[in-house]
Amino acid sequence: MKNLLKSREFWLATGIIIIIFGVTLRAPGFARFANLADVFNNTSMLIILALGQMVVILTRSIDLSMAANLALSGMIVALINAAYPQFPIPLLMLIASLCGLALGAFNGILVWKLNIPAIVVTLGTLTIFRGTIFLLAGGQWVNASELSDSFIQMTRHNFLGMPLLSWFAILIAAAFFLFMTRTPTGRNLYAIGVNPTASVYAGINVGKAKFISFCISGLMSGFCGFLWVSRYVIGSVEVANGYELTIIAACVIGGISIAGGVGTVVGTILGALFLGIINSALPVINISPFWQMAISGSSIILAVILNARSARNKGRLILKQKSEGKT
Amino acid sequence: MSDNTPKRILPDRLDTPLKAALFSWPSLLLAVTIAIFIINSFASPYFLSPWALSDATFNFTEKAIIALAMALLIISGEIDISVAGIIAISSTMMGVALQFGADTPTLVIVGMLTGLICGAFNGVLVTRLGLPSIVVTIGTMSLFRGISFIILGDQAYKGYPESFAFFGQGYVYWVISFEFVLFLGLALVYYVLLHKTNFGRYIYAIGNNPIAAQFSGVRVARVKFVLFCLTGIMAGVAAVLLTSRLGSTRPSIARGWELEVITMVVLGGINILGGSGTIQGTVIAAFIMGLVTFGLGLLNVPGIVMSIIIGALLIGVIALPTLLNMLRDRLKQ
Repeated sequence: MKNLLKSREFWLATGIIIIIFGVTLRAPGFARFANLADVFNNTSMLIILALGQMVVILTRSIDLSMAANLALSGMIVALINAAYPQFPIPLLMLIASLCGLALGAFNGILVWKLNIPAIVVTLGTLTIFRGTIFLLAGGQWVNASELSDSFIQMTRHNFLGMPLLSWFAILIAAAFFLFMTRTPTGRNLYAIGVNPTASVYAGINVGKAKFISFCISGLMSGFCGFLWVSRYVIGSVEVANGYELTIIAACVIGGISIAGGVGTVVGTILGALFLGIINSALPVINISPFWQMAISGSSIILAVILNARSARNKGRLILKQKSEGKT
Repeated sequence: MSDNTPKRILPDRLDTPLKAALFSWPSLLLAVTIAIFIINSFASPYFLSPWALSDATFNFTEKAIIALAMALLIISGEIDISVAGIIAISSTMMGVALQFGADTPTLVIVGMLTGLICGAFNGVLVTRLGLPSIVVTIGTMSLFRGISFIILGDQAYKGYPESFAFFGQGYVYWVISFEFVLFLGLALVYYVLLHKTNFGRYIYAIGNNPIAAQFSGVRVARVKFVLFCLTGIMAGVAAVLLTSRLGSTRPSIARGWELEVITMVVLGGINILGGSGTIQGTVIAAFIMGLVTFGLGLLNVPGIVMSIIIGALLIGVIALPTLLNMLRDRLKQ
């Protein structure tokens, strides 16, 4: 019980419930299951992407190229679909995922083999990926009329009362939970984040583990590229522009420490849901959507302050990077 | 972020000053700049006209002005991702001041002051509360731009006074724009600040080892706070220039600039992990980015394609020394 009260996930979940409750007072329909399921469905992609980002941040890296990777992988399948409408959809899903995986692996190789800081690598690949979309599509959009119906319906299929999109998010979240808590590779990722030097002595290949984490974030981006095109029925250079920072925001709100090694799958999911709920609650309680950006910005700052507080309470050896500012 | 501390090897003999200067990062960048310059003048007949070159400077001076302060911040081991957000909020505040009938000097002061306040806010969060700057400034980036969105929504401020247009559109002498002169002047100021003063040495000390710097009597938190304020003011200056050049304010102004500014700094040879780098490098990197985008623009290459080249340049220039070292090691074996 004491542990529960101390856990970040508990307080985040409580916060989300309070928000839902508060909004429901103003707009009675908000807490209905159908509406909440809808909110979850809208947040599905953010959850998947945030989980991918989480793995990278845990190893003390960061992937700024996720949104661009998503847009590029999405554009590739959108173009294939527009050119060959008969092309089987599951194969498209596979192509998008593999494309994302390849782009992520490219990031990973640069970080692993050339030792370039992740933030520099992904800053570079972010612009390269976006530019490539433009080259591939010749500056054109792929819009609804060009995409085949079966592609568009893919994320909308109703299965056991929920759209497939939501099921994808649930399945992937479950897979991540098992991966992070039950496999040696998953545990290694935590170890690297907490203490890279000790990890080397423990026989963990730090570079390779970072490479794997970038492959995972790339795979998730690619898969979401497919989902994004199907869900929003558009392929363009502008897809998910600036979304990379929203993904990081979800992670930070979910309690992932940017200094690495701290954070859970459940926390990340709750962080993404928190942003999703705020986004969908604002119009319901008649607050202009223009407030959205400032509110998510404030939540990030608040979340970081809380993260720092809880880390201090634990009395854990403060990381080198953190002690800099504390004087 | 990553932990690739390089092995420190003491050489038997130091390089001669000439050799060191020739193989330094700024000289490498300078060579790249000259190459780009030559390629551009062959590729397009319009490139070598004074007016064209003058236009080219407008492409990068505003970003480069921020990059100067950002360079110091990154050397000290911190980063500010909110600079584009600061431009948005500064520009919006100038618009608000305009609605109250502010004259040109007041507008400039409002713009720079807003920048300073935002920078100080970042500084307080990072130095007082001990938060990681990369996340804090991602948060304040949304917050600052978000405030612009709250104030402006889908509207825009227009009708800045004519005298205000000088900052972004005026020329000091012939084809030499005010923006360009300001950039060169600030570059000189930052060069002196970083390379010729105690304060500059503190920045390097902090970037290399904040704890050792602290024990040596450097006021780490204060230096970092000042650097955040400086970056904020520079973003405010950029906001004045940009608003003056565009003649209007929208909340989406300067969107995505943060990444371009950081690219400029990193391309300029400043270690993203802190501790090393020069102002000369940053200035030359600014020229490289300006010339590349402008030259390609003359060849009708769309902006988004240029970003591929900028991105490749960023990774390529950083990977090059490592790749060469690997190659050398392999040849030795």
